[in-house]
Amino acid sequence: MSALPFHRRHATRLAMRYLVALILVVIFVFPVYWLFIISFKTPDEIFAFPPVWYPNSIQFANYAVLFKDGDAATVGNSLILASVSTFFAMILGTIAAYSLVRFKTGGENLAVWIISQRMMPPVAIVFPLFLLYVWMGWVDTYFGLILLYTAFSLPYVIWMMRGYIEDIPLELEESALVDGCTRWEVLWKVVLPMARSGLFATAVFTFIFAWNDFLFALVLTRTEVTTYTVQVTHYFGGQSNFWAKIAAMSVLGTIPVFFTVAIMQRYLVRGISMGAVKG
Amino acid sequence: MPAIAAHHQPDRNFKYWIIAPAVFLLLLIGLFPLIYSLVVSFMRIDMMDTDTSFAGLYNYKQLFKDSRLWWSLAHTLLITVIALPLELVLGLAMAYLFLEKLPSRQIFISLLVLPTIISPIVAGATWRLLFDNKYGPINQIISWIAGQRVDALWTINPSLVYPAIIFCEIWQWTPFMFLILLAALSNVDKSQTEAAEIDGASFIRTFRYVVLPAIWPVMAIAILIRGLDLFRIFDIIWALTQGGPGTKTETISIYAYVQGFKQFETSYTAAIAFLVIFLLTVVCTWAIRRMGLVK
Repeated sequence: MSALPFHRRHATRLAMRYLVALILVVIFVFPVYWLFIISFKTPDEIFAFPPVWYPNSIQFANYAVLFKDGDAATVGNSLILASVSTFFAMILGTIAAYSLVRFKTGGENLAVWIISQRMMPPVAIVFPLFLLYVWMGWVDTYFGLILLYTAFSLPYVIWMMRGYIEDIPLELEESALVDGCTRWEVLWKVVLPMARSGLFATAVFTFIFAWNDFLFALVLTRTEVTTYTVQVTHYFGGQSNFWAKIAAMSVLGTIPVFFTVAIMQRYLVRGISMGAVKG
Repeated sequence: MPAIAAHHQPDRNFKYWIIAPAVFLLLLIGLFPLIYSLVVSFMRIDMMDTDTSFAGLYNYKQLFKDSRLWWSLAHTLLITVIALPLELVLGLAMAYLFLEKLPSRQIFISLLVLPTIISPIVAGATWRLLFDNKYGPINQIISWIAGQRVDALWTINPSLVYPAIIFCEIWQWTPFMFLILLAALSNVDKSQTEAAEIDGASFIRTFRYVVLPAIWPVMAIAILIRGLDLFRIFDIIWALTQGGPGTKTETISIYAYVQGFKQFETSYTAAIAFLVIFLLTVVCTWAIRRMGLVK
């Protein structure tokens, strides 16, 4: 090794790193690839032995079935639940975070209590929640799930927005107050525009959390507001699975998230690390 | 900060108005179920019987006799202690691999993150298809390597279900660790690591005494987030095995779900919920102190 000139050694090292990176990408992407191609395969190709590694032609029959049977509507349900709950969680969470940052409302205790709500395992509250929902008639309603997702997202939104609001210079708000703005106007015209990129980044993750939920939807929906995650599990069978439907439904539910994340790439790290990495 | 609040007396309650809706929702969805659970856990309500008289610690005593419960905790622990360190080490190695310049680095990173952003239930479903003994590609690939037909029943064979679950779990969440650790490593002061290397410090020593202290705050939070997620693991297992074969892969979340929604043991489920919260609080407090996140 040491006999090689420096730049040769450097080039070899780079090539090795590139090769390892390429192998890793193949390993991590292959399952996603497999999911996608199954959704385009004909039944003959799905149940071929040995497996067919790439379909001969792309056909959309598996998707057409989902739309014809109305199963695809569950993606619409997920879309409604996730986006409406994100909207409310962002508004309520941001103003609450503003109160925590600027007025130290409730001191550290309130802030810690709020974030501790996020650590609560869903399974610990889902059963009493179910009884509450039955009692109130909220089971299988949009209202019920939106309420739940909003509340469940709040700790995350408050935590993240706290970080973003702390970065806003206080002078801007003070000068707006001196100019005669009310508190609400300061919040609306100064704070929200200044925290805009933080708002978008946080909203993306809030959306994804609601989008990915399975346990709450499994327990609290029946037929009207079934989400796509629950619908996917309807195709599991004890002996045989509806492979084409599992794959096509999963792809339908995955594409919106891929798009959102692709657009919001630069916020990814701060979002998933709950602000541990400032970006 | 109180200065600006002070000379605007009419807005005095503003700070309460804007936090009230969030607190109300959290009380309704977070605290109410807990209080309700606490009350119910001292009664004896199940599918057959609605006995609302005070039953003392009956349900809590039952917890200690319930071997299925302790097995489910053991299963949860087993998955956590295997998957978490593997995700951490793999994620760290990958972060190092991508730390320096590499052609098409950004595209690679975007592709590697895919598993983390798909729904866990879809991740489970995907691996269910991959692991299929006859039409799945995994047995096919193993057959090529082994040179003979392999017919492993990944989601049914008791000795293979854990590798299957842990594989899926690691596949989905290693990119999460990778992404966070890559960001943390990029923020480490380069001059310090270079100085250590010039002084002749080995890679391990440099990592231990220069890099690790710098990335630890971020790494600790990543471990905490993943640890909590692993403790309540539900979706992936539900999609892959539903806790089977038998109760072989039943985690605490799956067991609590079965008790509540399949057996309708209302009071007993409430007691389990409190056991879970108690354990989680103890472990979290210990971990947060131990990791030095709170002085």
